[in-house]
Amino acid sequence: MTAATTTVAEIEIPISERGPSPRKVIVGYGFWLFLLSDIIVFSALFAAYAVLSGRTAGGPSGVQLFHRDNVLVETGCLLLSSFTCAMMSLAIEVRRRGLMVAGAVLTFALGAAFLWLELTEFAGMVARGAGPSRSAFLSAFFALVGMHGLHVSIGLCWLASMVAQVFTLGWRPMVIDRLACFSLFWHALDIVWIGVFTIVYLGAH
Amino acid sequence: MLGKLTWDAIPLHDPIPLLTGIVVMLAIAAVLALVTVKGWWPALWGDWITSVDHKRIGVMYVLLALVMLVRGFVDALMMRSQLALAAGHAQGYLPPEHYDQIFSAHGTIMIFFVAMAFMVGLMNFAVPLQIGARDVAFPVLNSVSFWLTAAGVLLVNVSLVVGEFARTGWLAYPPLSELAYSPGVGVDYYLWALQISGVGTLLSGINLTTTILKMRTPGMGYGRMPIFTWTALASNLLIIAAFPILTATLGMLLLDRYLGFHFFTNELGGNAMMYVNLIWAWGHPEVYILILPAFGVFSEVIATFSGKPVFGYRSMAIATMAICVLSFMVWLHHFFTMGAGADVNGFFGIATMIIAVPTGVKIFNWVFTLYGGTLRFETPLLWAIGFIVTFVIGGASGVLLAIPPADFVLHNSLFLVAHFHNVIIGGVVFGAFAGYTYWFPKAFGFRLHEGLGKAVFWCWFIGFWLAFLPLYALGLMGATRRMQHYPAETGWQPLMVVAFVGALVILCGIVLTVVQLVVSVRARERLRDATGDPWDGRTLEWATRSPPPVWNFAELPQVDGLDAFWEAKRCNGGVLVAAQREGGQPIEMPRPSALGFFVAFFAFVGGFALVWHIWWLAFVGLGGVIASGLARAWQTEHEFEVPQSEIAAFEARA
Repeated sequence: MTAATTTVAEIEIPISERGPSPRKVIVGYGFWLFLLSDIIVFSALFAAYAVLSGRTAGGPSGVQLFHRDNVLVETGCLLLSSFTCAMMSLAIEVRRRGLMVAGAVLTFALGAAFLWLELTEFAGMVARGAGPSRSAFLSAFFALVGMHGLHVSIGLCWLASMVAQVFTLGWRPMVIDRLACFSLFWHALDIVWIGVFTIVYLGAH
Repeated sequence: MLGKLTWDAIPLHDPIPLLTGIVVMLAIAAVLALVTVKGWWPALWGDWITSVDHKRIGVMYVLLALVMLVRGFVDALMMRSQLALAAGHAQGYLPPEHYDQIFSAHGTIMIFFVAMAFMVGLMNFAVPLQIGARDVAFPVLNSVSFWLTAAGVLLVNVSLVVGEFARTGWLAYPPLSELAYSPGVGVDYYLWALQISGVGTLLSGINLTTTILKMRTPGMGYGRMPIFTWTALASNLLIIAAFPILTATLGMLLLDRYLGFHFFTNELGGNAMMYVNLIWAWGHPEVYILILPAFGVFSEVIATFSGKPVFGYRSMAIATMAICVLSFMVWLHHFFTMGAGADVNGFFGIATMIIAVPTGVKIFNWVFTLYGGTLRFETPLLWAIGFIVTFVIGGASGVLLAIPPADFVLHNSLFLVAHFHNVIIGGVVFGAFAGYTYWFPKAFGFRLHEGLGKAVFWCWFIGFWLAFLPLYALGLMGATRRMQHYPAETGWQPLMVVAFVGALVILCGIVLTVVQLVVSVRARERLRDATGDPWDGRTLEWATRSPPPVWNFAELPQVDGLDAFWEAKRCNGGVLVAAQREGGQPIEMPRPSALGFFVAFFAFVGGFALVWHIWWLAFVGLGGVIASGLARAWQTEHEFEVPQSEIAAFEARA
């Protein structure tokens, strides 16, 4: 299993016959599968939104409710946070704790800013009487966008606990693996958001 | 303080649930007392509850499934006896609102907590052994999965004595399941039980898929995996792809019920048919999640008891994966009468019939494996042959229902009930019992009593046909499903009585299963299997001692072809060649962990609190889950080294 024992003969063995993968690969693979399943949760919510987006029941429609500038800033925050998250991964690669914390703080701040903008938007809509109980369209909107927001909130808690882990446990393989999973998670949320931005906000009618 | 929970929730005026509740609680108290008196608590906690060994978790899943089989079957007996009685002026003994709960509970329990638990249990037990792995990819997560399933089971059973269960059928179609029409806690019990156990199932799917794809022993390429492992792979891929849809759909219904959303309501633009589409986009793959592992069991059993390699290995694997993909393209056949139009119905009708092709390939492969084999008619093979006969007929009635015009006549009738019991009992239940009998000696080191095993088979086989052939006829005569009473002049009563007799014969089978277990445990010295290979098996699990050690394989075996152990027996005296990869490395095994137990305990508390709107307690539940997870995150000692001396001592113990 170790690299030192790899020989020419071994390279000729098909990958599927080389025996169990190292721990790191197994953890990453399992987490990828989890992310795929999570994306299926989102696709069910997207499907529901697609079916219900026209069902405003006499209430306000997306065009009347959404402020695209606001959403653009939100999107900017989230995409930038993905960049800082990638910076954090690079810092972890070279085991630089200071840089890692800087990346984590920036990522957290941008994620929190995104959430704040989203919650402000939600609060404004509810205040206008356009809460999730108003129409099927708004139910689907709040569920889909709220589910993404919930994921971002969970991500923020996770990130905070990972910083604590780095400080208390150091660069253990277990901590590194979890940080790698976190960054996969965070980037996946970006991909989902691109879908939300395109279908919900740009596609509003 | 206690939300909607008051003393009215306890059915003091309703003798049936009250008596059942008292009996169950006395039974639990008796078990707890026995464990205390015998001083078994440390062993129970250390060796089972906190165990992360895939074999023990598999055994616990199967035990859970057997217990719930009894619960679900009591519901079935009540339905059959009610319908045997309730013709014309006779009203039977079950009022409609109680009957509705019974058929809802029967379906929910049998699918989620019997069939599902049984299959996940068998896969957990056998797959790592078959691929030459020491455990699953994420052993602690595996324990979390099991206990979450158990928490769902507990929630369903609590509904028997505290409150009520859903009256909406096993899939809780809206708008009936919406707050407006089901204001009680029954649907909430249903939803939270399935959400909690559904998360467990999803995690278990991720776990086993990763295990199969990433942890096979050196040499075991895809073309050398046992067929059961192939079907387990397909089934777990389906779990990953389908269960999130269930979670999302039930989540939307929860939002409707708890926060006034309008996904599926009649008002403000809700669309109830969207629920039906979404739930079947999960529900149809679910059918294959259950049946594919059963197909795998039969493949192993038929090859072993014919003394031949499985016929058409490649076509078997391809057919498995074809079913895996096609299962996502047929969901609409569950509601042809929705009115999607002729073209859509035509597409889904044809897609449904196409699934019969890979399934037919499998049937022929099994028959050709049997053909010319040296057959040993032991219990597992009886189940397999009974399955082939039963399943082909059930499949044929399924293809009949796949024709939309025929479905318009037959839908919602007892014909449909007969069809899906025909495939689920004839396929999944027979497969579960075949696997249970087949792997029992591997798990415990002694066989099950053979004569009683055969008696169990014949009771189920004859009982099944007695109970369900009349239902085909009744369905054609116009009897609808979920019917609690019918007019005497329909002339249905004689057939209903025959069906009830069939259920009684199945009851004998279930009683004999318990008798078989007790007799076998008491006669375990006589039934002892010292070889580890009682059936002259072909795959790697039979190369280990029975029961296998925690580490399964002292050295990972090198595999050079299909049926590795069979080849080793033929050429090498049954000794597997060790892979040269890890010479001298100590074996590291995961430590027991209480994480699963605590997460599930708090999930149960949270679920119960949400059912009854006890908000503070719901936060306790959620907080408990998070705290358990964080406590685990800061644990650093996850593994222990098995000393070489212990391994050597085990290997030397002849």
